[in-house]
Amino acid sequence: MVAPSEHGGVSLDVAAASATKLAHVHHDTHDFPEPIPWKTGHAGTVAPLDRDTTWIVGAKAVTAPSPGAPGRGSVTATAVATPTIPVAAKPKPKKKKLPGSGIPARLSIRTLVWVRRASQVFFFALFMYFLFQTAFRGTFAAQADTPVRLPLPVEAFLLADPFVTAMTVLSTHTVYRGLLWSIGLLALTLVFGRVFCGWICPFGTLHHFFGWLLPSRRGRGGVRVEANKTHTYQRAKYYLLYAFLVAGVFGSAIGGLFDPICIAVRSIGLGVIPAAQYIGGRALGGASMVPSRGVQGVADHTQDFLASSVWQSHQFYFHQTWLIVFLLIAVLFANRFIPRFWCRVLCPLGAFLGVFARFALFGMEKDHAKCTDCNLCLVNCQGADSPQGGVKWRQDECHMCLNCETACPEDVIKFRFLPNRKGTVTKPDTERRTALAAAGAGALFLPASRIADALDVNYHSKVIRPPGAVEERGFLERCIRCAECMKVCPNNALHPAFLESGLEGVWTPILIARIGYCEHSCVLCGQVCPTGAIQKITEKEKLGIDVAPVKIGTAFYDHGRCLPWSMQTPCIVCEEFCPTSPKAIWVEEVEAPVRDSKPGPNGEQPAMKTVKLQRPHVDPALCIGCGACEKVCPVQDQPAVYITSVGESRSKTNVILLENTNYNQKS
Amino acid sequence: MKSKPEVKTEPTLVRPSRRELLVRGGAALGVLAGSAAIGRAVWDQGGFGVGSAEGARQVRDFRVASARKETQFAELAIARSPLAKTAGEPPLAPMQLVRNALEALGGMARFVSRGDIVVVKPNIGWDRMPVHAANTNPDVVAAVVQIAYEAGAKRVVVADGSCNDPNRCFQRSGIWRKAYAVGGEVVLPAEHRFRTMRLKGDVLDEWPIFTTLVDADKVINVPVAKHHNLAKFTAAMKNWYGVLGGRRNRLHQNIDTSIADLATFMRPSLTVVDAIRVLVRNGPQGGNIDDTREMHTIVASVDQVAADAFACTLIGQHRDNLPYLKMGHERGIGTMYWENLRVKEV
Repeated sequence: MVAPSEHGGVSLDVAAASATKLAHVHHDTHDFPEPIPWKTGHAGTVAPLDRDTTWIVGAKAVTAPSPGAPGRGSVTATAVATPTIPVAAKPKPKKKKLPGSGIPARLSIRTLVWVRRASQVFFFALFMYFLFQTAFRGTFAAQADTPVRLPLPVEAFLLADPFVTAMTVLSTHTVYRGLLWSIGLLALTLVFGRVFCGWICPFGTLHHFFGWLLPSRRGRGGVRVEANKTHTYQRAKYYLLYAFLVAGVFGSAIGGLFDPICIAVRSIGLGVIPAAQYIGGRALGGASMVPSRGVQGVADHTQDFLASSVWQSHQFYFHQTWLIVFLLIAVLFANRFIPRFWCRVLCPLGAFLGVFARFALFGMEKDHAKCTDCNLCLVNCQGADSPQGGVKWRQDECHMCLNCETACPEDVIKFRFLPNRKGTVTKPDTERRTALAAAGAGALFLPASRIADALDVNYHSKVIRPPGAVEERGFLERCIRCAECMKVCPNNALHPAFLESGLEGVWTPILIARIGYCEHSCVLCGQVCPTGAIQKITEKEKLGIDVAPVKIGTAFYDHGRCLPWSMQTPCIVCEEFCPTSPKAIWVEEVEAPVRDSKPGPNGEQPAMKTVKLQRPHVDPALCIGCGACEKVCPVQDQPAVYITSVGESRSKTNVILLENTNYNQKS
Repeated sequence: MKSKPEVKTEPTLVRPSRRELLVRGGAALGVLAGSAAIGRAVWDQGGFGVGSAEGARQVRDFRVASARKETQFAELAIARSPLAKTAGEPPLAPMQLVRNALEALGGMARFVSRGDIVVVKPNIGWDRMPVHAANTNPDVVAAVVQIAYEAGAKRVVVADGSCNDPNRCFQRSGIWRKAYAVGGEVVLPAEHRFRTMRLKGDVLDEWPIFTTLVDADKVINVPVAKHHNLAKFTAAMKNWYGVLGGRRNRLHQNIDTSIADLATFMRPSLTVVDAIRVLVRNGPQGGNIDDTREMHTIVASVDQVAADAFACTLIGQHRDNLPYLKMGHERGIGTMYWENLRVKEV
């Protein structure tokens, strides 16, 4: 420790002497916002400093990065104060001087960093806008017979996702419709590397942002530099990728659980937006109670605007959101410890792009001889791809954020087309045995989950898939759990399953009719499904005009609870809501005895009356299982009419009546 | 084992100073007094203070008194297209039929004053197209909106609380487009537009009410006449289901009383029943064009009970079969004997 008095009255922050806190100190130094280079060894190599200024430089020694032994222990800190500090009279504002050689990074790169930031903001905004628009809002401009469709390709980010494409290609041997767009992203990667991660990915941008927002005091300076070095745990994403792709070969698109776009749609669409609506609705509802016309008007118009542009006209509720949102918060909070933890460690799409990034034409060239090991490149490195001197750059990990070149004071790092690859590692850093084990785990997942809960041995009555869903096996080959269908469903009918369809079906869509029913003329879930798990059917196909209608299940009456059957009370809301024509619910007119609840005057038995009732029945040949009857049944907790998956037209075996089987229909 | 260093004990009993005693005692008293004041202010002595059934029935009476007094005008007007009588020529447009009916009642100016905010309440209950006749005909709604503007209305608002997805109902009924084209403001039933009100009916006590439909100077009910499997026939009185939010599925257990309750709560300025195309079976939702009949008829009235009592004859029903008409009649909402009114057929 250096006592302030030794420096002739210059105020010396005590902390400045503590090397580990150095970075923090110079962030606080007003005159010199730029970071000061850490230097190796002796004080003589400290960058030339402006001697007129009064600030104090503590130098921090970082051992030359040894690629083989990363770790926190490699930061050895010694406190060295600059030897000559003149007793300057007055600190006057100085022109910012760059550390190191003083040569600023190329203008093109400095511009590109801002272009990158603009691109991140743009694509994140676009993603959110698409998510807000993943709902049918209707318009005065449409004719009554205009088919109801979303005007925008709201699933565009998923269509451009080559990991989704690869998984479904392996499981189905086809590329579903719009997924061919993902070739474009692959092409981009082959030219520029993982630019998707650093420039486009909305989930990556979220992590980038939270990494900036959340660093702890430990997440600065030397510790942050250490965190941004390449670590072996970054291999994990490759193992996940291999496991998911092999699981795809064996027939499950479970990798969607980890796809970043799927996670973003699922957690923001099903969690963050409904939560915002809940809180915002309460707040604005409270504001509209304020006895002031102005406040009420503003609250009212805000509610109107939000209900017609950001969220829904009524509050949506989703099963499983607690877990989905908890996991989102967990990975966002992980940025406090490892910047961009998700992107570096877990993201299978990042790993997938990393595999292709090795062929990229654009890349980094390093002049190790010029490197002074200042480690400034590592302070804001997003991909932990070893931009520093003395080690090889990991091309497959780099997010192409260009922060390293902008930061480099010695002009060591250069991004250019067709760089020499002497200092580049292109291949993923994975161990063969672990990779094989991961692939094996992917292969074993399917039999392991299916022998526990075989699909066609033990049909779950509540696994009611959206209309247009393909047969269950094909469905699991395609469904990436992106939740687009759940977000777009106008009646809040579709929810992420938990274990209803086995371990394999976690967060695949199921219809919970008590919360919402399948709108008769609606085919939006199929329109937004990027992989064809729900086919893009038309209204005609769904309603059964010229073809057999799409059935998702069948309704059943619980005569022990149904009001006209068990309580001699008129009801038939179910019949009123039954949308098919002719109605699948028909009523039987009966006269039934009913007891007057009041006892006679002398305590005798209550009198008997006769009431006219309409008792409902289901016609299983007409019922499509939409669940409107279950939704509106006034027996509130456990409905007196409910749907189950039996009779669903997508299955050849989950049937009741022989005439409903489609063995003889071409499928 | 380490022996603890001996702690020097200071004399434990230190008397607080007088000042400290006053400050601490005063603070304690302040907390107590504050708690007592808050507790007393929000004390719900009898329990269930929020739910106690106090207060009068909130009736929304938009009737125009003069409309019944001037005897040269009809109280119930039936406008039919010649097609209903002689086939061959094209039927009159809905706009013309509405105009004819309103002329017979003395014109829209008797109901709508200059500068009024007028709410038009069509039936936009179902995700059906105009051809299915489950919702009010969009041309009839547009006609009412336009004629209300011609009569000097400042704003004409079209709103309803739908059964199916509201966005879809409003768009596919065609009412959104047609009403917008003539300047109507279309308000969808978003959640924040509902406020609990006291209806004090026999079955409807407190219920969330679509505020847009009740906050107006004048209200025009524009129902569609159609079959209803439980209530047999519905038009004007049943149309007020659209002002209700919440879970209205319970109301079917006593549908006639709840219809009468609603009609007691809502007293419109004017009722215009759309019978251009009528759903004659499989109501209220329909869905099959074969279940509809073209009738090219508009029934306008100052009496919603009489309008229903007449309109039910269109599908072969009789007022004696509709208990809610009798209830409405007995409650004095209107008369089920429409012949007793000044009736004009045009």
